[in-house]
Amino acid sequence: MQIDLRTVSIEPQRQAFDHLVRRFGNKPASRYQEGSYDIQAAENLHYRPTWDPDQALYDPRITRIVMQDWYALKDPRQFYYSTYTLTRAKQQETTEANFSFVESRGLADMLSDELRDTALKLLVPLRHAAWGANQHNTFICGYGYGVTFTQPCIYQAMDNLGIAQYLSRLGLLLGDTAALAAGKEAWQHDAAWQPLRRYVEDCLVVRDPFELFVAQNVALDGLLYPLVYERIVDDHLSTRGASAVAMLTQFMTEWFGETRKWVDAVLKVAAAESEANREVLTGWSGHWSDRAAAALLPVAALALGDQADEAVAEELAALKTRLAKTGITL
Amino acid sequence: MSNVFIVLQANEETRALVEAIQLDNPHAVVVRQPAMIKIDAPDRLEVRRATIEELLGRSFDLQELHINLVTLAGHVNEDDDTLTLSWNS
Repeated sequence: MQIDLRTVSIEPQRQAFDHLVRRFGNKPASRYQEGSYDIQAAENLHYRPTWDPDQALYDPRITRIVMQDWYALKDPRQFYYSTYTLTRAKQQETTEANFSFVESRGLADMLSDELRDTALKLLVPLRHAAWGANQHNTFICGYGYGVTFTQPCIYQAMDNLGIAQYLSRLGLLLGDTAALAAGKEAWQHDAAWQPLRRYVEDCLVVRDPFELFVAQNVALDGLLYPLVYERIVDDHLSTRGASAVAMLTQFMTEWFGETRKWVDAVLKVAAAESEANREVLTGWSGHWSDRAAAALLPVAALALGDQADEAVAEELAALKTRLAKTGITL
Repeated sequence: MSNVFIVLQANEETRALVEAIQLDNPHAVVVRQPAMIKIDAPDRLEVRRATIEELLGRSFDLQELHINLVTLAGHVNEDDDTLTLSWNS
């Protein structure tokens, strides 16, 4: 008996879920699309929250930003659970390797006392700021609207927790538990940290999720990361012989480069939606970036001394140029 | 004029690749076969890194393409930014 093998191509009845076909046309949908679009609970929210009966449980009107379609605020990195965890797992391995390299070669002991002190004074209290950023992004995720917008916020919150942990480990490596205690003491009482602490704590009571997004992810992160990690750690400290510290904060530099693409994309789409949005965003960005710059000035002075003024001014100018590209002119 | 073609496995990773190739080569014909996708184009086909990166949302090394590559036909001209298949070049 002879058997002929032949391939039969079977056209699937449906290429994708109906709601994705309505959005993107009749073609196979990506995992990101399946895991992000039209998932926001939008109907049958008849039980009003007891703490604010004027709003629905998930309410786009909590923020002053108005979007025709909140799903337009998509994440260019297309992070959903799987891609996000895979990416971060890879970076975690790199950071682990960096830490063990610094530990096993005794690079921490080779730092001069002065450099070690500067690094500890500057970096360890920042773990409290990172925890604040974690709270803020969790808030945005909880009260924001539309999964493409809120989903990356919870990833951002997790990242901030990770950064806080890396900073703690850096503190433990360079100065043992005393460094962490000193860091907390500085965060709570040292005059240099009070403006930043006030900034972070004021953000804790901002109720508008989009305003909080601007205050935390645009203004504060947009100044803090380039200033502290790129300018001070990677340039200022490294040239003086503290490249071991730069190895330990490599993740932060990389992470900022990656997340700013997302932040810029969100701003760009929201500002382009309407003139009213653009005005609101311009107001928020101006207000919060000026405050953030003022709050970071004494922090930068811990490492840069009298060059801090110039450094902060340059970073603020750089942030303004970056914002101008998203259509927000300050 | 003869066709050049590239055949990729049909999976989650190549979805963006195929879409990018379609965008960059409007003259190309995409044939979806069981488990693989054949893209035919008369004379010339370009795979551009920039387009793939935009659709994929991350940086992409063109060498990654080889993981899902089944076969191809045409003279290959490859650099960091483009992979070009052509005849008589």
